[in-house]
Amino acid sequence: MPKIVFEDKHYQSEVGESVLDCLIRHNVSVNYSCKSGVCQSCMMVAVEGEPTPGSQLGIRETLKRQDHFLICACVPETDMLVAVPDSIGSTFEARVISLDKLAEDVVRLRLVRPENYDYLPGQFINLTNSEGVSRSYSLASVPELDDFLELQIRRVPNGRVSGWVADTVEVGQVVTISQPSGQCSYMPGREDQPLLLVGTGTGLAPLMGIVRDALRQGHHGPIHLYHGSSKAEGLYLVAELTDLEEANDAFYYQPCVSRGELTETSQKKLRSGRAADLALQDFANMDGWRVYLCGREDMVKSLQKKVFLAGASMQDIFADPFVFSERVSSEKVDSEKVDSAKVIQKVDAT
Amino acid sequence: MSDSLFDRIGGETAVNAAVDIFYRKVLADDRISGYFDDVDMEKQVAKQKGFLTMAFGGPNNYTGTDMRKGHAHLVERGLDDSHFDAVVENLGNTLKELGVADDLVGEVAAIAETTRNDVLGK
Ligand SMILES: Cc1cc2nc3c(=O)[nH]c(=O)nc-3n(C[C@H](O)[C@H](O)[C@H](O)COP(=O)(O)OP(=O)(O)OC[C@H]3O[C@@H](n4cnc5c(N)ncnc54)[C@H](O)[C@@H]3O)c2cc1C
Ligand code: HEM
Repeated sequence: MPKIVFEDKHYQSEVGESVLDCLIRHNVSVNYSCKSGVCQSCMMVAVEGEPTPGSQLGIRETLKRQDHFLICACVPETDMLVAVPDSIGSTFEARVISLDKLAEDVVRLRLVRPENYDYLPGQFINLTNSEGVSRSYSLASVPELDDFLELQIRRVPNGRVSGWVADTVEVGQVVTISQPSGQCSYMPGREDQPLLLVGTGTGLAPLMGIVRDALRQGHHGPIHLYHGSSKAEGLYLVAELTDLEEANDAFYYQPCVSRGELTETSQKKLRSGRAADLALQDFANMDGWRVYLCGREDMVKSLQKKVFLAGASMQDIFADPFVFSERVSSEKVDSEKVDSAKVIQKVDAT
Repeated sequence: MSDSLFDRIGGETAVNAAVDIFYRKVLADDRISGYFDDVDMEKQVAKQKGFLTMAFGGPNNYTGTDMRKGHAHLVERGLDDSHFDAVVENLGNTLKELGVADDLVGEVAAIAETTRNDVLGK
C-alpha cells in the first residue's frame, strides 16, 4: 500500500483508505469538514505522486494545474508527498456589520466585504470559529448590489461553528473567512431559459444570491423559487421575496411547509408539501431547464436525480448539498452499511 | 486503414451527447437502477464518460483487472448476465436514438461483450 509523507513523517495507508483517513488514523491534525469532496477545506498539494482524478473534481482549473487536490477524496495509487498549500491557506479578516434573527433558529450574519474580494453569488466561504474549526456557508449577497457579504446560518444543536455564531459573535468583532469556492452560481447566456431553484432551510441563502444576480443580469425566462421548511416558522424573508416577486414579472416565489396542516390564518401564499415534490408536480417536463438545488443533502441528491430523469441535462443541474461533519467517524461507516443493505433489497425485489 | 470506431461514431462529442441519454435510461430501468442508487451523480457522470469512451473503442486506461475490481462490489450484490445484457441494451438504444448506423451499434456491442467476464468476475 502507498505511503503518505506529510511534514517529514511517513504514514502507511491501508486498502481503500483516503489520504485524509490515513492521516486521521495516525492522529495527525489536519483541516477538514465534509469528508465528501465538497467543502474543499482539506485541500492539499501533491508535491510528489499523482492525485487521483476524482480528488480534483470541482477544484479551480488554476489550482488543479498546480496539483492541488482534496485529500478526503483521494485513495492514493502511488506514494505521495503532500503539503498544505500557501495559496489557498490565505484567509481574510472581516468585521461583523450586523447579526439578525431571521427565524427561530436562523441568523443573518453580514460582514464587511474585504478589499479585492471577488465572488459569485451562490458560492460559499469557510468561516473559522475561535477554536479554529471551519465550516462552509453560502453567500446570499451579490457583489454588484451589496457592499457587504451576507451569510444565513441555521443553528445546529451543539454546533461548533453555528452555535458560536449564534451565541458569541458580536457586531464589530473580526472573523476569519476563506476565499470563496463552489460552482453553484448564475452564468450569463441563455437568458430565456426557465430556471428552477429549490432550497430547504438555509439552502435559501445561495438561491437568493443566484435569483438576484440572474435578475440583475437581465435573465428574462421564468425563474421559479421553491423554499421549503418543515414548519411555517422556519420560513424566512417571506416578505422580502414576495416584494421581489411583485417587482419582477418573470420571478415566482413559492414557500412550502412539509409538516402540519395549514390553518386559515396561515399566509395565503404557503403551500403544504415538500418543496421538492411540489416543484416536480408543477413541472413534469424539465427538458431545457436550468436547475439549482441547495440544502439538505438527501433532498438535493434525490431531486438531482429526479429533475435529470424529468429531462434536465446534467450540465444544467447545479447542486450544493450542505454536507455536514460527522462527530464520530463510526457513524458514517454504519450509515454506509445501511445504504448498501437497502440496495441489495431493492435489487433482489426486481 | 479507415478511422477507428471511436472517430467514426463522433469521438468525444458523441460521448457527451450520449452520456445524458444513456444515464437517464439506466436510472429509469428497474432491472439495474438499484446498482446506481447510492452513487454520487456528478462523480457518476465522469465514470459514465469513461464507460462510453471505452465502449466506443476510444482511448482509455482501463485494464481487465480494473473492470474486475471496479465491479466486484456489485457482483457481491448479485450482478449477473441479465444486468449486463440490460446495460448493453440501453447502450444500443442510446446510440440508435442518436442516429448511429446499425453496423456501428453492432461494433459497440461487440466491444462491450469483450468485458463481460471481467465485469461479472467470471
Ligand atoms: C457547500 C456548503 C454550503 C453550506 N452553506 C450553508 C449555509 O448557507 N447555511 C447554513 O446554515 N449551513 C450551511 N452549510 C452547513 C454548514 O457548513 C455546517 O455543516 C453547519 O453549520 C453545522 O456546523 P457546526 O459546526 O455548527 O456543527 P457541528 O459541530 O459540525 O455539528 C454538531 C453535531 O450536529 C450534527 N449535525 C450537523 N449538521 C447537521 C444537520 N444539518 N442535520 C443533522 N445533524 C447535523 C453533527 O454531525 C454533529 O454531531 C453548508 C455546507 C456546505 C458543505
Ligand atoms: C457493459 C460492460 C461494462 C463496462 C465496459 C463498464 C465500465 C465501467 C467503467 C469504465 C466504470 C468506471 C470505473 C471508474 O472510473 O471508477 C464503471 C463503473 C461502474 N459500473 Fe460499469 N461497466 C459495464 C457494465 C456494468 C453493469 C452491467 C453494471 C450494473 C448494472 C455496472 C455498474 C457500474 C457502477 C455502479 C459503477 C460505479 C461504481 C462505483 O463508483 O461505485 N457496470 N463501469
